[in-house]
Amino acid sequence: MPQRSEIKRILNQVFEAILPIMAVPVALIIGALILLLLRANPGVAFSALVQGAVGSTFSVTQTLVKATPLLLVGLGITIAFRGGVINIGGEGQIIVGALSATALALSFSQWPGVVLLPLCLLVGTLSGALWGAVPGVLKARLGVNEILSTIMMNAIALQLSNYLLRGPMIDPAEIEAGTRIAQSALLPRQVWLPRLVPQTLLHAGSILAVVMAILVYIFLWRTTIGYRIRAVGLNPRAARYAGIPVPIYQALAITLGGAFAGLAGAVEVMGVQRRMLEGLSGGYGFSGIVAALFGNLHPLGTVPASVLFGGLLVGADKMQRAVQVPSAFVDTLMGLIVLFVVSSRIWAVRRARRRETYE
Amino acid sequence: MNDLFTIPVILGIIYSGLRLATPYLYASIGEAFVQNSGVYNLGVDGIMLMGAFSGFYVGMKTGNLWWGLLAAMGVGLLMGLLMAVVSVTLKAEQGISGIGLYMFGLGLSSLLFKKTMTGVESISGFQPVRIPLLGNIPYLGDVLFNHNLLVYGAFLLVPLASFILYKTPFGLMIRAVGQNPQAADTLGINVDRIRYITVSLGGMLAGIAGASLSISLINLFQENMTSGMGFIAIALVYFGSWRPWGIMGGALLFSFVNALQLWLQVLGVNFPYDFAVMLPYAMTILALAISVRRAAMPDALGKPFERGEF
Repeated sequence: MPQRSEIKRILNQVFEAILPIMAVPVALIIGALILLLLRANPGVAFSALVQGAVGSTFSVTQTLVKATPLLLVGLGITIAFRGGVINIGGEGQIIVGALSATALALSFSQWPGVVLLPLCLLVGTLSGALWGAVPGVLKARLGVNEILSTIMMNAIALQLSNYLLRGPMIDPAEIEAGTRIAQSALLPRQVWLPRLVPQTLLHAGSILAVVMAILVYIFLWRTTIGYRIRAVGLNPRAARYAGIPVPIYQALAITLGGAFAGLAGAVEVMGVQRRMLEGLSGGYGFSGIVAALFGNLHPLGTVPASVLFGGLLVGADKMQRAVQVPSAFVDTLMGLIVLFVVSSRIWAVRRARRRETYE
Repeated sequence: MNDLFTIPVILGIIYSGLRLATPYLYASIGEAFVQNSGVYNLGVDGIMLMGAFSGFYVGMKTGNLWWGLLAAMGVGLLMGLLMAVVSVTLKAEQGISGIGLYMFGLGLSSLLFKKTMTGVESISGFQPVRIPLLGNIPYLGDVLFNHNLLVYGAFLLVPLASFILYKTPFGLMIRAVGQNPQAADTLGINVDRIRYITVSLGGMLAGIAGASLSISLINLFQENMTSGMGFIAIALVYFGSWRPWGIMGGALLFSFVNALQLWLQVLGVNFPYDFAVMLPYAMTILALAISVRRAAMPDALGKPFERGEF
């Protein structure tokens, strides 16, 4: 009966989509226990968190502002994970993307915006891709574990940024004032991404990120290259027998992952900070992983997941100020959520196997 | 450059090189047990941070460093157990779950630090113990035989781990489970139990590694004070081809480069600080690239074991 099996298929898909969502209540319960141990009232803390995330128009826009880099990084993570490679290098890729976009904008500050703005986004994307390509090629050529190499690339990017922001790229005004804060000069006005709501930080990058999510969906499910990336991730051996050069597609997946993180860096600089500064990557390289996993490694699922975790990050700041629970609490929760989401996968796999046996 | 290669400076580099190898040794040897049994634990850095915090906090509150060390071991063991539940029983993807454990440890150690302390405080850590007779050898005595107990322990761990892995039935079981869990299972070895033991042991050693930073080497706790040492420790396991002596070679190479880098700064040699800090990370990538000896890798590494799959 085709109709019944169709319904069953859809039900199974729905079940698999909501499975990771179960990780949040479990993580919240453990989080509440941690709060109790720290002698904080979980009810008060959590309500401060929700207040901070969606309590006012401004906080809602802040949530979307934080969701934007999460979504872009998450899309890159999604492509890499779908190709069976684990990209932990988001932080470093964001940093080099932001650095190069800044350097370009400041060097050619006389150029018109129509040329300079897209060029900055492009160069940010490309340098992120390059930062991802190094571990990608090392994995493809020499079998170097990409998790370790991407983490090392993060540390290298961080030191590179420290060097540039304290030396060659430091804002001349900082030297003049003698304060020497490690940040670049303000970007020329024509590369600022337009703000969507007056008096807030919400910028056009958010729309760009959603468009990218749709493009990534089309890429992964409607193009040959995307299909091959997924085939390599699902079953490398079968992909090899089908004539797909597995290492090349793995390297490509991680390079594309880097491209999206690089774009996130450029967007963060051009949309929010309007200059490069220390700590710009803000842990998005890691929280983007959480968003991607939570979105079931689906580009369209990553959109609501990014908004959720963007809200958590914004709420965490409020919680810190209102009830003195350090925002590191949310980082702890995110770690737990990753553990639970990955662990819950076994049920999905078991169900899938049972289905195969019975049908 | 004349004052760089004087005897005191060279001795100083050796002395701090040996000290700096300590956290790497504990963490890498622990991870060697884990990986030889066929499991990855990528959360080592998170466990180290929790070990560093609990060792410091308990040591400070009780005024007894041994209680601190014990607390770090306990916390490391618990986090190892958590990893074992996730990766052995729940058969989760080990790369990602390790990153989850890392984020959890990083977040929780920062949270506890901010909640319990007002700022960075220092502690008087384990004091050097001069070994009788050997410690009196001119030059060498000061450099090799005048360290604190955690440093000696790290180097004693190497022959001990090598003995356990290659000369005892338990070590044979660990390696069997890592190479061919199906065959080990048919021989009546409880694959899951062996992996629980190694992953918990690895966690405990990572806890000590963290404590060795906070109560024996640097003697303070800071947020993210490991700055990725746990990941370098995992890379050293690859570099040392999963063998304790090889791992020790790698750890020494790393710590000596680090010590040299620190002494260059002390002596004011003109070299941008940020690039000096970059060095160990770049070296790790290089080490991984040149040391990939596939043959030495446990065959079942990273693959969850499912009974009756074949």
